[in-house]
Amino acid sequence: MLFFTSVVAADAPVEVADTMAERVKSCMLCHGDQDKTGLDAYYPRITGKPAGYLLNQLVNFRDGKRYYQPMAILLENLTDEYLQEMAEYFAAQPYDYPLPRSHALLPTTVQEIQVLIDSGDATRDLPACSACHGADLMGIKPFIPGLLGLPSAYLAAQFGGWRNGGIMRGQTPDCMSEIAKKLSQEEVNALTLWLPAQAVSGEPAEQDALVEGAAERCKSIFSMGRIITP
Amino acid sequence: MIELTSVRCVNRLQLVWLFSGWLFGILFFATVGATANVMETKQQRGAYLTRVANCAGCHTARGGAAYAGGRILNTPFGEFVTSNITPDAETGLGRWSEEDFWQALHHGKSKDGRYLYPAFPYTEYTRISRQDADAIFSYLQSVAPVRQINPEHNIHAPYDKQFLLFLWRAWYFKEGVYQPDSTKSQEWNRGAYLVEGLGHCNACHTARNVWGASKDNQPLGGEIIGSRWYAPSLISIQQAGVGHWSIEDIVELLSTGINQHAVTSGPMATIVRQSLQYLTAEDQRAMAVYLKSLGEQDKNPQPKHKIPPMPEVVRQYLARGESIYEKHCQDCHGKFGQGAPGIYPPLAGNRAVMMSSPRNVIRSVLYGGYAPVTAGNPRPYGMPPYQHIIRDIEISQVISYIRNAWGNFGSLVSPDEIDQGRGSEH
Repeated sequence: MLFFTSVVAADAPVEVADTMAERVKSCMLCHGDQDKTGLDAYYPRITGKPAGYLLNQLVNFRDGKRYYQPMAILLENLTDEYLQEMAEYFAAQPYDYPLPRSHALLPTTVQEIQVLIDSGDATRDLPACSACHGADLMGIKPFIPGLLGLPSAYLAAQFGGWRNGGIMRGQTPDCMSEIAKKLSQEEVNALTLWLPAQAVSGEPAEQDALVEGAAERCKSIFSMGRIITP
Repeated sequence: MIELTSVRCVNRLQLVWLFSGWLFGILFFATVGATANVMETKQQRGAYLTRVANCAGCHTARGGAAYAGGRILNTPFGEFVTSNITPDAETGLGRWSEEDFWQALHHGKSKDGRYLYPAFPYTEYTRISRQDADAIFSYLQSVAPVRQINPEHNIHAPYDKQFLLFLWRAWYFKEGVYQPDSTKSQEWNRGAYLVEGLGHCNACHTARNVWGASKDNQPLGGEIIGSRWYAPSLISIQQAGVGHWSIEDIVELLSTGINQHAVTSGPMATIVRQSLQYLTAEDQRAMAVYLKSLGEQDKNPQPKHKIPPMPEVVRQYLARGESIYEKHCQDCHGKFGQGAPGIYPPLAGNRAVMMSSPRNVIRSVLYGGYAPVTAGNPRPYGMPPYQHIIRDIEISQVISYIRNAWGNFGSLVSPDEIDQGRGSEH
């Protein structure tokens, strides 16, 4: 016990590595190498996600457009340039994806999901998931995140946020919010079970994999005009 | 002859005309050119002074358009919404004159003559010179106009009554431009002008009474209205007085947000990011000279605390705090609270940790934070938030521990106090 000892030992300062890993240590308490649930919220893993996507999220958290108070406070005094460095650091980290989870969806439901993934639904102006998220659903560099290797709880939370408001504020047009509102609750439920059951197949695709018109539709995430160069 | 003479006369006249026209041209263009130059430098000076006065700090909402207002300040008197000060004619200051602006800044009255709430720090801005106020106005009139209607203030009765503001002003508002103290150096006077006027440091660093007025004009420290932070005294050696620091150390803290002794956090880190880092080296130094003169000198470098006997229950409380410290804090702040000065602040002997108000240390543990990104510290290190990682009782134990370990001496902190530190974005 060291209470009330009046002499402070002349201890050498703590050694601190001059690395990015050390600088983002404060992220790792919540965003370790696994998705996890805390006392108040769900903490998705951030390693291995595309750099532009991560940067957009960081900037939006800082500027209050994606709302979570502790993130807003944590990032308050950081610049776009530094946030980009952090985003690129996390994007480059290797990540061991979880094994696919099993689901108990009916074969007819699975077929309907497969249609949404591959073709969308023109009658509801729903694009195919794969048009933006890549043929492998692993995302497209640098702005579009993958859909596989994410837990059901996280997907359900995101869909809920988009459909009911709460995740994004003021970033309009917000393409995923519009798409999520057009899906039925049954489709959302099925997607949150089906996606985590798919085997992860590698890396996000390169930018030229983006289907024509997708960038136009989702221009809010591209036209944020950040400094990431593809 | 006559003809010739007349021709000569005409020629002379023409020459005179030509010459005077030429002269007029030179004078005219020179005058216009000089006016344009004066305007430009006035505007440029204004841009700098607007930074120093940190108008954007309040008049820009999080993620919002610059100077378009809309930031909400939650106070015990109600919600104040900052105004749009871009030159938009309908929703901003587009129809204001220099005189109107001076009336607001110096007298605390709006264009329509209404008294302004002292949430707008005219109580400090009144010390700004007319020349500087005009320059700030000239700059603000040059920024991109933004059409943005902000919500009305939502002020609780009876504070919404103008006659109360009249009384408040009569009692608490001392109007007047900063008057230099001829017994002090020019540098000191410049520093005082920056700290008391443009920088409006006293707006936070003074205690406020129940009417929201500064208790005195001394920066003796106080809770910041509308936030969960405590703005420490700039005089007391137990708080943030810098009488015993070198000028270089003070300048380093103001310009980079961190030095060997301290790191700025919360609203102060934001002010370094938004404003102080952009001050000229001369102005930073002048501020440091003045702040140093305010601070108490270190008369008794190692005050001897009379340690009260510790009941077993307190011993246990602190012992639990110690084990939490070992698990969550020691990695960066060190086994002996020695930290890594300039990166992870030492906790042993840290005034912010021991201060009579534990608010800032509570806030730091709840929400963490990064030192501000500045030219002098472009890639700062950070502290994670713990508000959702460990429970309030654990936070109160670990804070009580660090306030009393390694020769530190401070009051114990209760879980209720931790909860009071929650909320508020700034």
